[in-house]
Amino acid sequence: MTLPSHTGSALHPDTWDLPTSTHLAPYLNWGQVLAKLGWEHAHIVVLTADLQHANRLYDFSQVHPRRFFNFGIAEKNMVSAAAGMAAAGLLPYVATYASFIGLLCAEQIRTDICYPGLPVRILAHHAGITMGFYGTSHHATEDLSILRSFAGMTVFSTVDPHLAEAALRASVDHPGPIYFRLGRGREKPVYALPPADFAFGRAIAMRDGHEAAILATGLPLGAALEAAEIMAAEEGVSVRVVDMHTVKPLDAEAVLAAAATGVVLTVEEHNIVGGLGGAVAEVLAEAGARCRFRRHGLLDEYALIGPPLALYAHYGLDAAGIVRALRELL
Amino acid sequence: MTMAERETLLAMLRDRANFCRRETIRLIAIAKSGHYGSVFSAAEILSVLYYHVLRYDPQHPDWPDRDRLILSKGHVAVGLYPLLADVGFFDPALLDSYTRLGSPFGDHPDMRLIPGIDFSSGSLGHGLSVGGGMALAARVTGRAYRVYVLLGDGEMDEGQVWEAAMSAAHFKLGNLVAIVDRNRVSVDGQTAEVMDIEPLADKWAAFGWRVLEVDGHDVEALVDCLDGLPNPASGQPTAIIAHTVAGKGVPFMENRFEWHLGYLAPDDQARALAGLEEKR
Repeated sequence: MTLPSHTGSALHPDTWDLPTSTHLAPYLNWGQVLAKLGWEHAHIVVLTADLQHANRLYDFSQVHPRRFFNFGIAEKNMVSAAAGMAAAGLLPYVATYASFIGLLCAEQIRTDICYPGLPVRILAHHAGITMGFYGTSHHATEDLSILRSFAGMTVFSTVDPHLAEAALRASVDHPGPIYFRLGRGREKPVYALPPADFAFGRAIAMRDGHEAAILATGLPLGAALEAAEIMAAEEGVSVRVVDMHTVKPLDAEAVLAAAATGVVLTVEEHNIVGGLGGAVAEVLAEAGARCRFRRHGLLDEYALIGPPLALYAHYGLDAAGIVRALRELL
Repeated sequence: MTMAERETLLAMLRDRANFCRRETIRLIAIAKSGHYGSVFSAAEILSVLYYHVLRYDPQHPDWPDRDRLILSKGHVAVGLYPLLADVGFFDPALLDSYTRLGSPFGDHPDMRLIPGIDFSSGSLGHGLSVGGGMALAARVTGRAYRVYVLLGDGEMDEGQVWEAAMSAAHFKLGNLVAIVDRNRVSVDGQTAEVMDIEPLADKWAAFGWRVLEVDGHDVEALVDCLDGLPNPASGQPTAIIAHTVAGKGVPFMENRFEWHLGYLAPDDQARALAGLEEKR
């Protein structure tokens, strides 16, 4: 797939316009994955809201133009229309920024998709605080909490394009609706390949350890792995790291196994209220598990303005911040 | 169709509209709460759709080529359930469970529980979007069905309706038909006072729709209007503004926003039914 070059051919290579900006985000792969799946499954359709360059669903629209629908800047209409398509036998993947689809369209998702149990796949990209200096209007740090409360919804959050690909492939035959929480496609992948035995609801142990456990979801999983390395190298502490990619249904077995280490830290690019940390706390409390426990994420606040990487450092969602949180907990 | 056949058809459609009203009175008595006014304004529209216009097969409610009706003003469901039973989707005796614990039949319709309900509804403003999605799906799957969406006029206040209107024209959905039950009242009063939606026909036209206006209680006019819909290949969606009277058929309810929702005690049920009989 060749992308269009920018509109002024005499411009410097570092200059970018919207179509060429996707070069800056080499891991935005879901358009390519869906394009492949589209050849295998004639009932797949893709919808977006005036963002096919930003989310690279361009890769799908170029090869399946009759099954691609750009709804313009009208997200609620798009989400309800996806429900209508699903009710008529199609398999819609509907995409826009997480702040708009997961928050603005929450009621359409609840009433038109979850209540009838329709197989709509929601691609909520640029989730968390990855939009950085765009500000809180473009952040989504509440979506896991909201979407998790919708009966019948599967809530998935990816660290990288390989895990996203595995989940997208698994989604074709999965019953009911799925919320995909996706990033901005710029950070280095954590997985080398799509995990072959991927299943929604089954956590993936990334690193073994017996003195503490980090349960992470989404982008901070990479930082959590680095943090575990640092703890081993600097303090000789053995830290388990688990990819809790599915926040609902939550892998309770993985949570209780983590609790057996005696120390559990949850890490998410999300408000600590109601997301992964909340879900893990529910499992621990109901099981009567005994362990030290802390939710790490945004402390019930709106993020500052700043570049994404600076924000991750500020909120302790980098390796150093996770190490600090672990040390306080140990 | 001969003149005699046509008269028979029209008489049947009028009779079924009043059947819808009588059943609504009976079912709301079970719940002791319901939307009389909104059902009564839509009774002829529902009758003409289910006994003359829509293509469906009660033995195969999921028939992929069937026409769809989205009840975007989902609170008229109590008037539709008896018609679905009457045309054979399910046993009319099931209606006696209306709104009781675990019943398939609530104030708003549930597509998972009721054969013949094409989409769950109740949250105003969603239905035209859903219908637009179904109309697009017909194109993707190569099917020839039409999608009808029944909207309330108070529902025109919802912004999502106009998102859907814009996209239906953009996507050239000639197989999509919006019917607006223009009964001129919403919950708090006259629409002109609560939120003025005029000029309504101009709005739909400005959004790229073909606009038809009809007396929504004149079954003959409704039949002619719906029989004369342009070929879906025309690529333009159609909006039908059906001018109606809230509470139509029961004199003390007519044009009264207060009867959007209510309950008739047994004596008053008899009074309302007598009013319907006089009108026949």
